Amino acid sequence: MDQFTLNLLFVGASFALYIGIAIWARAGSTSEFYAAGRGVHPVTNGMATAADWMSAASFISMAGLIAFTGYDNSTFLMGWTGGYVLLALLLAPYLRKFGKFTVSEFIGDRFYSQTARLVAVICLIVASVTYVIGQMTGVGVAFGRFLEISNTSGLLIGAGVVFAYAVFGGMKGVTYTQVAQYVVLITAYTIPAIFISLQLTGTPIPALGLFSETTSTGAEGSVYLLTKLDQIVTDLGFASYTEAHKDNLNMVLFTLSLMIGTAGLPHVIMRFFTVPKVSDARWSAGWALVFIALLYLTAPAVGAMARLNITELMWPNGTNGEAVSVETIETAPEYDWMLTWQKTGLLDWEDKNGDGKIQYYNDGSEAMAATAAANGWEGNELTKFNRDILVLANPEIANLPGWVIGLVAAGGLAAALSTAAGLLLAISSAVSHDLVKGAINPNISEKGELLSARIAMAVAIAVATYLGLNPPGFAAQTVALAFGLAAASIFPALMMGIFSKRVNNVGAVAGMLSGLSFTLLYIFLHKGWFFIQGTNSFPDTVDGSLFGIQSTAIGAVGALINFGVAYGVSLATKDTPQDIKDLVESVRVPSGAGAAVDH
Amino acid sequence: MADRTVNTSEKEKAQEDAGGYWAANVRIITVSLVIWAIVSFGFGILLRPLLAGIEVGGTDLGFWFAQQGSILVFLALIFFYAWRMNKLDREYGVEED
Repeated sequence: MDQFTLNLLFVGASFALYIGIAIWARAGSTSEFYAAGRGVHPVTNGMATAADWMSAASFISMAGLIAFTGYDNSTFLMGWTGGYVLLALLLAPYLRKFGKFTVSEFIGDRFYSQTARLVAVICLIVASVTYVIGQMTGVGVAFGRFLEISNTSGLLIGAGVVFAYAVFGGMKGVTYTQVAQYVVLITAYTIPAIFISLQLTGTPIPALGLFSETTSTGAEGSVYLLTKLDQIVTDLGFASYTEAHKDNLNMVLFTLSLMIGTAGLPHVIMRFFTVPKVSDARWSAGWALVFIALLYLTAPAVGAMARLNITELMWPNGTNGEAVSVETIETAPEYDWMLTWQKTGLLDWEDKNGDGKIQYYNDGSEAMAATAAANGWEGNELTKFNRDILVLANPEIANLPGWVIGLVAAGGLAAALSTAAGLLLAISSAVSHDLVKGAINPNISEKGELLSARIAMAVAIAVATYLGLNPPGFAAQTVALAFGLAAASIFPALMMGIFSKRVNNVGAVAGMLSGLSFTLLYIFLHKGWFFIQGTNSFPDTVDGSLFGIQSTAIGAVGALINFGVAYGVSLATKDTPQDIKDLVESVRVPSGAGAAVDH
Repeated sequence: MADRTVNTSEKEKAQEDAGGYWAANVRIITVSLVIWAIVSFGFGILLRPLLAGIEVGGTDLGFWFAQQGSILVFLALIFFYAWRMNKLDREYGVEED
């Protein structure tokens, strides 16, 4: 069976499974559509949350981000997991106790203000739409490579499948599909990692393999994988893998922004509305992180091992020997993946000095200039290596059997589709529950609300597909932006709503607006207004930036501004009424959870 | 009248209990978040130079905390919190039925 058929088989089988679940789990009521009838077991919910959470960025981009930067991008690992601690301790149990359907509904009720609810809805939609763009691009990339069809048709097929289970099943359909998608994506991620870890270190657990000795013994005996990696990348003029190269301020703020953003992302928070009890919400956050950690502990190993494999393929005789020849790349089977990926335009090489060999090194390094001159090198000849292809190409790089590649194709799609569905659900419930029922037509029947939720979902899918075809940046970058917005606007409002009885309607609105506008302004000043290139006032680098803070790390500052303004304005204005203080009291204790549900 | 006094004192007691429950919760959260910050921002980033002498698999302890250790501690923290709070719920009689 050829590779194309294998890929088609794996992707096709996984899609058939999702559609099957869609037919089985249709939603009949708004409670089923918004919260899966609140009957999801905490472990099941944990697994669904993990799939909801782990996006194309986690599956496709993260290992690549770590592979080519090393230690500095540990921020993604800590940031995208540390947020679950905030979620479990500061938000999930209380919001479950509150017992409503959307994040903005809590903000509207707690701050007794329709304006607060609308501001929250806008923040929610902006953050979710930004985030969904990255997912749709990921779907396009995966389809384009594995099924050899254009990005556009790939995206349309993906959108069609999401449509099938999200529009009809709502949260109920999405939950059970996400469980299936989690199983597909974690299998797809770990199997190649286990193979590669065995090849390189003889350890079947990649997370342990990362800190193990390599199986190939050099002249001076066995060395640790990381020591070897550090050695060969520095030999080629690249920055060392394990050392820090970024300033502490930006590392801390970026990590913190990702953490607060994670805890403030509505599609993640609303997953905790589906469990039966407050205590379930606490356990469920832990289970979610268990399932997430299985991938996140593997990712840094995948990154480091792939970097080592690729560098060794380019320098088969060691960094002091001869580089790989163009002829070898074009004929030897272990270089087949380079030819396959060259076709996608994401990987390319050029024999600049015409010596018939491809020298891969850092031509920006001054230390390498002398070596290059002495050997007659005229610049790095591995001219293009898109970081996003690393995980997808990994099984081919490590020469694994064809079915593993098919599995990875299905896994990448599962990661992108499960997150897209969660986001679309957050958007559609905000539109139908907060805008249509909450603001425009409060007397709408349940049937009418359910219909409007489905229409909103269909429109959201159409918009996301359009934006996926015309994305403003590459997958991980647009995602980082959504985090900034969620961190600056939603998380502080929710936390203050639970932990303070004093923050009032005026304060909450002022806080959210100032946090959001500060963050947006800072991002636009560095990335261009509405991401249009050339309209930025400051270069998007640490040194050139306005406060010496990179634009992706500004969310944490936005959150602090939100907290400060909200509290200051609240103290200067009228205290919260008694019924709101009672509401806060009731949210803080688990007992009587059922009584608070009112629908 | 007697009934009313009993009711009032019961209500006051309930309020004190609720206050105690919340104060205990906030204490547990604070301690957990201090640990959360120390392992990630501390050991993983700011305090990494202090841990440079401790070798772990070809690199230093700070690198391990940044790429794996902090995630493992986060997991332990969430499960500890869930277990501790469910116990606290029962101590104060505020658990769900």
